[in-house]
Amino acid sequence: MTRQRLVAIVPAWNESGAIGKVVDEIRAYDPAIDVVVIDDCSTDDTAEVAEAHGATVLRLPLNVGIGGAVQTGFRYALAHGYQVAVRLDGDGQHAASEIPKLLAPLETGDADLVIGSRFVDPGGAYRPPFARRIGIGVFARLVSILGGQRVTDTTSGFVAIDRMGIELFAAEFPHDYPEVEATLVALRSGLRVKQVQVDMRERVTGSSSITFVRSLYYIVKVMLALLVASLRRYPRLEGAR
Amino acid sequence: MTPVRVSIVGAIASILLILVVLELVRGRRLKERYALLWLATGVVLLVLSIWRDGLNTIAGWAGVTSYPPAVLFAVATLFILLVLLHYSTVISKLTDENVDLAQRIALLEERVSRLGIPAD
Repeated sequence: MTRQRLVAIVPAWNESGAIGKVVDEIRAYDPAIDVVVIDDCSTDDTAEVAEAHGATVLRLPLNVGIGGAVQTGFRYALAHGYQVAVRLDGDGQHAASEIPKLLAPLETGDADLVIGSRFVDPGGAYRPPFARRIGIGVFARLVSILGGQRVTDTTSGFVAIDRMGIELFAAEFPHDYPEVEATLVALRSGLRVKQVQVDMRERVTGSSSITFVRSLYYIVKVMLALLVASLRRYPRLEGAR
Repeated sequence: MTPVRVSIVGAIASILLILVVLELVRGRRLKERYALLWLATGVVLLVLSIWRDGLNTIAGWAGVTSYPPAVLFAVATLFILLVLLHYSTVISKLTDENVDLAQRIALLEERVSRLGIPAD
């Protein structure tokens, strides 16, 4: 069996300090992975750095937010016939060495969407601050109830999806704070979602997009999105396998 | 009863609104699609201003017994809310279209750069 074509989708906004290392690490880990960096209209030289390190760079002419940037990657994967896509953040918190853990359930045909979760294994090293832990827990519980399947880390941006997932997300993906809602959309569309335990690193440079001021908007927006997504009807996708 | 002056002022204001909207459409500064709700606002307010018995009757239905012209304000407020809500949907659609266009440009630019066509 020939290996399926694999693309790494890396959204980046003003990550010139980290993006080179991220690209290098993925390419060093598996040269067969095509690395696509989506530059969300950075004001620094993120795009040039990524390109110099050998990534394909998609330059957005205006800042569309993390979800819109990630979706650009899915549209690229769709148009170029990739069978599998891995999404990693451009700040370096997702280690390329963890990619095989995400790919394993796809390769055996056990899942269509694999989420790298920090909480599958109760003994995992990641201990988020109290407020964030509560938030992550509430969202995970909500998505589990509304989506009909237990998930533990819906805020993770470290995911792998098969062709069916690429087609779904290329057509429909939330534009800001997308992870929680996207997980629910995937579940309600009938994608088989699986979680695997991964470790994540502390970010090297830059700062988290979730600042204290934005937390309230984040919570309210995601809650509303989950409510609306559970009221919408999604066509059930039939498994290709 | 509605004071006659209130009816006259209400009618003049409604007619002014209709005229301004029509002039904006005529000068192509406002699209017909977005003028319709404003025109409806003007026409409804004009009708309620002139048709004094109607305003009193509606006020009676609504339980506004002391001052029927309050219904004029209520109706105007309702229409303004409708217009704003309509604009919110328009903005949402424009946002989605903007993102879609930005994504297409990013994808196309990458393809063009691979073709090696110089930008000029």
